[in-house]
Amino acid sequence: MTQLPTSTDKKLGLVIDLDTCVGCHACVISCKGWNTENYGAPLADVDAYGANPVGSFLNRVHSYEVQPESGPSQLVHFPKSCLHCEDAPCVPVCPTGASYKRSEDGIVLVNEDACIGCGLCAWACPYGAREMDPTAGVMKKCTLCVDRIYNENLPEEDRIPSCVRTCPSGARHFGDFADPNSNVSKLVAERGGMDLMPEMGTKPVNKYLPPRIKDTLNTAGTCGELETVSEDATGFLGWLDKALEKL
Amino acid sequence: MAFKQPVIDTSPKVSDEIRQTTCYMCACRCGINVHMKDGKVAYIEGNRDHPVNKGVLCAKGSAGIMQVNAPSRLQAPMKRVGPRGSGEFETISWDEAMDIAVGWLKPIRENDPEKLAFFTGRDQSQSFTGFWAQNYGTPNFAAHGGFCSVNMAAAGIYTMGGAFWEFGQPDWDHTKLFLLFGVAEDHDSNPIKMGISKVKANGGRIVGVNPIRSGYNAVADDWVGITPGTDGLFILSLVHELMRAGKIDLDYLARYTNAPVLVNGDEKSPEFGLFLRDKDGKELVIDKNTGKLAPFDQKGVRPDLSATHRAKGITHRPVMHMMAERYLDKEYAPENVAERCGISAERIKTIAAEIARVAFDEAFELDHEWTDFRGETHKTMIGRPVSFHSMRGISAHSNGFQTARALHVLQILLGTVEVPGGFRFKPPYPKPVSAHPKPHCKVTPGAPLNGPHLGYVTGPDDLMYKDDGTPARIDKAFTWENPMSAHGLMHMVISNVHAGDPYKIDTLFMYMANMSWNSSMNTSGVMKMLTDQDENGDYVIPRIIYSDAYSSEMVAYADLILPDTTYLERHDCISLLDRPICEADAAADAIRWPVIEPDREVRGFQSVLVDLGARLGMNGFVNEDGSAKYKDYADYIVNHERKPGIGPLAGFRGKDGDQFGRGDVNPDQIDRYIENGGFAVNHIPEGANYYKPWNNAYQDWAVGVGIFDKPEPYLFQLYVEPLRKFQLAAEGHGDRQPPEHLRERVKETMDPLPIWYAPFEDSHVDPEEYPVHALTQRPMAMYHSWGTQNAWLRQLYGRNPMYLPTDIWEKHGFEDGDWAEITSAHGSITVPVMLMASLNASTIWTWNAIGKRKGAWALSEDAPEATKGFLLNHIIHELLPPKADGMRWTNSDPVTGQAAWFDLRVKIRKTAALAEVDPSFPPIKSPVGQGPKDIAWKVGK
Repeated sequence: MTQLPTSTDKKLGLVIDLDTCVGCHACVISCKGWNTENYGAPLADVDAYGANPVGSFLNRVHSYEVQPESGPSQLVHFPKSCLHCEDAPCVPVCPTGASYKRSEDGIVLVNEDACIGCGLCAWACPYGAREMDPTAGVMKKCTLCVDRIYNENLPEEDRIPSCVRTCPSGARHFGDFADPNSNVSKLVAERGGMDLMPEMGTKPVNKYLPPRIKDTLNTAGTCGELETVSEDATGFLGWLDKALEKL
Repeated sequence: MAFKQPVIDTSPKVSDEIRQTTCYMCACRCGINVHMKDGKVAYIEGNRDHPVNKGVLCAKGSAGIMQVNAPSRLQAPMKRVGPRGSGEFETISWDEAMDIAVGWLKPIRENDPEKLAFFTGRDQSQSFTGFWAQNYGTPNFAAHGGFCSVNMAAAGIYTMGGAFWEFGQPDWDHTKLFLLFGVAEDHDSNPIKMGISKVKANGGRIVGVNPIRSGYNAVADDWVGITPGTDGLFILSLVHELMRAGKIDLDYLARYTNAPVLVNGDEKSPEFGLFLRDKDGKELVIDKNTGKLAPFDQKGVRPDLSATHRAKGITHRPVMHMMAERYLDKEYAPENVAERCGISAERIKTIAAEIARVAFDEAFELDHEWTDFRGETHKTMIGRPVSFHSMRGISAHSNGFQTARALHVLQILLGTVEVPGGFRFKPPYPKPVSAHPKPHCKVTPGAPLNGPHLGYVTGPDDLMYKDDGTPARIDKAFTWENPMSAHGLMHMVISNVHAGDPYKIDTLFMYMANMSWNSSMNTSGVMKMLTDQDENGDYVIPRIIYSDAYSSEMVAYADLILPDTTYLERHDCISLLDRPICEADAAADAIRWPVIEPDREVRGFQSVLVDLGARLGMNGFVNEDGSAKYKDYADYIVNHERKPGIGPLAGFRGKDGDQFGRGDVNPDQIDRYIENGGFAVNHIPEGANYYKPWNNAYQDWAVGVGIFDKPEPYLFQLYVEPLRKFQLAAEGHGDRQPPEHLRERVKETMDPLPIWYAPFEDSHVDPEEYPVHALTQRPMAMYHSWGTQNAWLRQLYGRNPMYLPTDIWEKHGFEDGDWAEITSAHGSITVPVMLMASLNASTIWTWNAIGKRKGAWALSEDAPEATKGFLLNHIIHELLPPKADGMRWTNSDPVTGQAAWFDLRVKIRKTAALAEVDPSFPPIKSPVGQGPKDIAWKVGK
């Protein structure tokens, strides 16, 4: 089994803004592209053109309908990948030490050379954030693009996870939660960033920004009604003449 | 035991090289960085320097790698050997393919060019394909706009010189209230997502008006779940509210619109309802300074918005008076439209109040001095931070043109067009009707057509009829059935060709248009038309040539296949002559170039046209000695000049490559584009970048870069005079008269001020019997039919249930896993259903073009797309059910001919689950086999 580090120097992770995520899957496919070509085994797709195509993805977007107490039903797009938990239950269960959390930045990774594909870590993860690669037989998960964020072969501005770089609606932010002045810490403070399922005690690093209150332009009273200058064309033209004089 | 972390390489080599080109996974045209390893495509990301996407990229763009390696790519030219529709082909050489094509096309051109119908799909080279068709000499050319969004485009051009998307965009940096009408997720993909994010970051409000709360509507602050087809009524009710409260921009209306222009009030005159004009044809207003008539654009004139003109006992009123009379009528009061729109009167009033509050109470000024076309200098630019966007959602109805007109008029009344915070045009727009060509149809055997095929008519005289009074075009565009069909009617081509109405043709030549499947109404009927034989056993449509890069459903129905390349294997230009990539602050265009070479016997379709043009000896494609003028499309892109100094690409012109817009041919132009990341940009100077139609500095800049030959300031057309000219004819004036069966319809629908009428389907089928509206949309992660063959994207959307709202779900007692029979007046489909609560209560919908024909796209025959996916197209007919007089109207907008996809009404019946959706069709033989079982695509070692 693998021990979790008692603390990490940095706490790198993502802030995901549920108020602006339009559910376009840009992050899903960009992630698939980068991580197929980079860290570890490619993210395979079996029966790729057949009846039951199944591939491994490190990030998926789920959509939920929510019925508020009043007002119309809402649709929430919910991107989900590994949350790089401080108390990551997927690490201590690993029988080979393949599943580990980095002490320097808190990223949870799988050392594919040591992974025997037993699946215990995926079973332990309450978020369903790990997927067994269907051909390589090793456990795949979000690496927070560990091969991008420090990569000296990339321009500095590109040293961010591919999902963050590609997100068209600005719904994904990357940074260090250990630093209270970081962009992500500030966003969490300003927007009331939330843990996913805090009751599980995993202390997830990634945070979600809740959607703003919706459907406030609802009925009379919220914004009022325009005052009348005239109810008919004749009166309107009288008003128009007066208004034009003032111009 | 202390755990020792493995050492990992956090700085791996990313790629050998980045090649920058333009995406083509949809029509958005983002810049992409294609990372190459060992000469292969390893990874695709957005280009940060690109004006369209500024680095971001959607799911389609990132999945481009799976498009380039798609097993459905056609491999070589083919000729049909089995019956049409079977998919049985023989591979042939390009020499043989070109010989066959020339053998068919040459005699047609020499004898009767109209016997070729050449229609292209969602390609982006229409200035080139149109040039080819014009030089061939057939009148029968158009692209897919007729079944997409011509209502929005034409309404925009006629009203204000441009519409949304490629024509213009909200001022994302300043807008505080953004209203989005209808489905918009499939065009302008990344800029709108970026814009939504920006509006939210700036604390603005987004209102989504859409029967379906998905996509952008899911993140909208307020969702207005409108009943389909009633958007125009809702908009005109907002207009009613704003006028009732005097919340319109009087100064803007007086200066920049035809609101003060005087309209002939003499009911007996053949010019009744037309503008009063001076000897030079300029519209007349009353000058506030003098109280006298004056041309609208005279220096120093201050048009009076309210003054009338009395002459010979007749009062001529300004447009503003007519609008007051029309829109203050109780007909448009919120209380009187609420039920039909499915929106409460209180809510309509509240939305109107919010629009007014933001437009007027949050108005602001930018310190940009500018001078208008009347010579007046303004110290600042007034901003009204309300903006709108809409595309297919409100367009694809039989009342779509007038609805789109209403939306444009609403923006203008608020004074939010071309002002800070409002809607802004992108060059080459704004561009009034007068700056566009008119359509042409004069055929001369062996010679070019007498001008461009498509354009903007200004009255009955511009309609496209032959001397014998029959329609000149196979799609009957620009006839009384749809006078302003600026993009043609691609959805009517096969139906008309099959019927020989208005005439028979010999060869149907199509590109990138999946007409035997998701791009046609009445899909089963179209398949039959394509395979129908006459009494001699000959095909009713004698010959079909088709070009596509992939094994789409349409391939099986062609006789000759000219295989196209993928988008990373070709040259293209996204041209200012056509549909460029400009932003509101800049003119821009872009190229594609072969970042990889094809590994198959395929050729870029445009290069094939260049070759065909030369082999046919067509003007524009041969030198005086008869030799080929261009080697290929790239050669054309660089060396073709539409006018001296103006060619397909605006950037890097001139000997030194330092000129934009106008300049001599630069032989190194494409290399310069490649060095610059695949695009060229020329920024509009500050002070010229708002108020463009009236801003001298903008007009001068536009002339400088070749957009206009001279400044063309103009007024926004709240009242569209060309519409009135058609109406006048229907009232009996003039020589060119509509046929009797259309006379009343022309009178009613071609109103010069926006109106609303119920979608035609409502009066052709019984709304009681068919109480439910049925819609489709494309997922944001897919576009066209291509998504389904994409190994990554098809895992996101591999099947498409019919989504039902709660009321219908409960009324019929549906449960998870159930199926339903969905029946229209035309036919039935039986498909899986799913509950969706965030829906208008009388609307059902599904994703479009997920369903696939067995055997197409290199998918296995048991792929979910082929067994559980379906098309709504089967139950939408290109003709409406007969009226009492036995006539069948086309299922199109009566003004533009746009396909009225979204008028569809259906009824629902719960059924037993089927093994496969109904209808299902026998498999077509795949000309490319089936894709590999598993993939793990890693090109680097």
